[in-house]
Amino acid sequence: MRVVASPMAGTVARLLVQAGDVVTVGQDVVILESMKMEIPVQADMDARVKAVKVSEGMFVDEGSILLELE
Amino acid sequence: MKPNDELLAKIEQIKQGGPEHYRKRVQAAGRLLARERLARLLDPGFGVEDGLFADAMDEGNAADAVITGVGKIHGRTVCYMANDATVKAGSWGPKTVEKILRIQETAANLRTPMLYLVDSAGARITHQVDMFPGRRHAGRIFYNEVMLSGLVPQICLLFGPSAAGGAYIPAFCDIVVMVDGHASMYLGSPRMAEMVIGEKSSLEEMGGARMHCEVSGCGDLLVQHDQEAIDAARSYLQYFPDHCDNQPAIMPATDPAKDPQELEQLIPSNQNAPFDMLDLIERLVDAHSFLEIKALFAKELITGLARIGGRAVGIVASQPKVKGGVLFVDSADKATRFIALCDAFNIPLLFLADVPGFMIGSKVERQGIIRHGAKMIYAVSEASVPKISVIVRKVYGAGLYAMCGPAFNADATLALPTAYIAVMGPEAAVNAVYYNKIMELQGDEREHFIHERREEYCRDIDLYKLASHLIVDAIVPPFRLREELINRFAAYASKRMTNPRKRHGVMPV
Repeated sequence: MRVVASPMAGTVARLLVQAGDVVTVGQDVVILESMKMEIPVQADMDARVKAVKVSEGMFVDEGSILLELE
Repeated sequence: MKPNDELLAKIEQIKQGGPEHYRKRVQAAGRLLARERLARLLDPGFGVEDGLFADAMDEGNAADAVITGVGKIHGRTVCYMANDATVKAGSWGPKTVEKILRIQETAANLRTPMLYLVDSAGARITHQVDMFPGRRHAGRIFYNEVMLSGLVPQICLLFGPSAAGGAYIPAFCDIVVMVDGHASMYLGSPRMAEMVIGEKSSLEEMGGARMHCEVSGCGDLLVQHDQEAIDAARSYLQYFPDHCDNQPAIMPATDPAKDPQELEQLIPSNQNAPFDMLDLIERLVDAHSFLEIKALFAKELITGLARIGGRAVGIVASQPKVKGGVLFVDSADKATRFIALCDAFNIPLLFLADVPGFMIGSKVERQGIIRHGAKMIYAVSEASVPKISVIVRKVYGAGLYAMCGPAFNADATLALPTAYIAVMGPEAAVNAVYYNKIMELQGDEREHFIHERREEYCRDIDLYKLASHLIVDAIVPPFRLREELINRFAAYASKRMTNPRKRHGVMPV
């Protein structure tokens, strides 16, 4: 399964995409907040978003799945 | 046949390397033969080779699959070893090992850089008694690398495999350049892993170049073909002296590729917003002089060699656009290694700090972030080359220490007007100190109280107040930073200091 995973522990500040969107390599898809910093998370492949697995305000750990891609 | 003719014929034949169909296969794949690599790496017109006749009584084992000798790069003497992958897949026999040991000993005696052009299937197991366990066997190659480490630069160009024990040749070098899709190293092959532990994997997964440059951190530079690796080695060497008692050569200065006046706009006034530190570096260093090391690994911290006003410097910089520039286990390791490299070879250090601190949380605690962070601070402390720390934006807590804060013998701590030095940010601090009081209050009253306390906090750590206490040595406007660094590094060039004499410290690892 191809995914976008969280690079570090933190909370989901903003979701920039939804299921069905097409994303490209390097595109910001989620903004996390961690250590009081805005952490943009990028897609590392060209794909379509199959599912968004988190919601704004949720805690995620390093490696938690943010998006499923297809 | 006359003796001379016989000799020339034999030399010619050995220099051909392995069987023709292997050579043709290499060339068909667009790759280079071992002697072609050396011809492109080394300056033309000078070269002495040792041990050409190794194993000459066995027809199929030209030079025992390794070429060792002395050459020049940019007019500077260097020693080299190069596996010949067309001869028994570049595998090691007893003479291979002895030739490598001897050229390493030569590098130590001559005090020249030592280059390892690795492309080898590993040791020939059938010969193990003559090459594995003994005093002048394979282990001694790694022992020699350790003795050479920090004495002279050691560069590994990984063109192909370096399997099992052979993987330690790259491991002890200062820098490992890996050719994507061809270079690999692992202690156990996928085939061995399946047999011995039951794991199924591919070559790329187990020990591919990309994996090592992105994930394990064993690789420093990922290149796309042999020539690029050779170019990288020639470039890299120009930042270094021949040995630890010399200074790196100063080159003619060139202006930055982009306008330093633009530095001002790059740094967001919102401390929490990301920006690309590489854009800042590009406006600070001599054009095209930045050679990034471990660019694909622990990207939240940038390490690389550059020139400022023609003078080589080692840059350790936060990268706020990756993980907020927070320090993790891998970034601490990456920084430690790079700092040690620069300090070994008299390359001054420049820290560009914009760091919220070390990562917190149970995951990193279990990884030992405390001891990894301590290791980085150890390296910073021990470095006795000129050190300048520039506080670009915020620097909190142990992040200040790790990026060579004032207590760590920085020759100068410079702050940009956007600098913000504190034990932690205002939100976290107020929350920590006034938690009970905040909980007692409600709504607008609570909001107001928090706001007042944060304002108070910011006044307390006002940059001019810190400067008035001599916490920082100077506050520098961004457009003047380059000039300031050129002048300071020039002045600090005569710095000579030694740490207290002892056998060696007990470094946190």
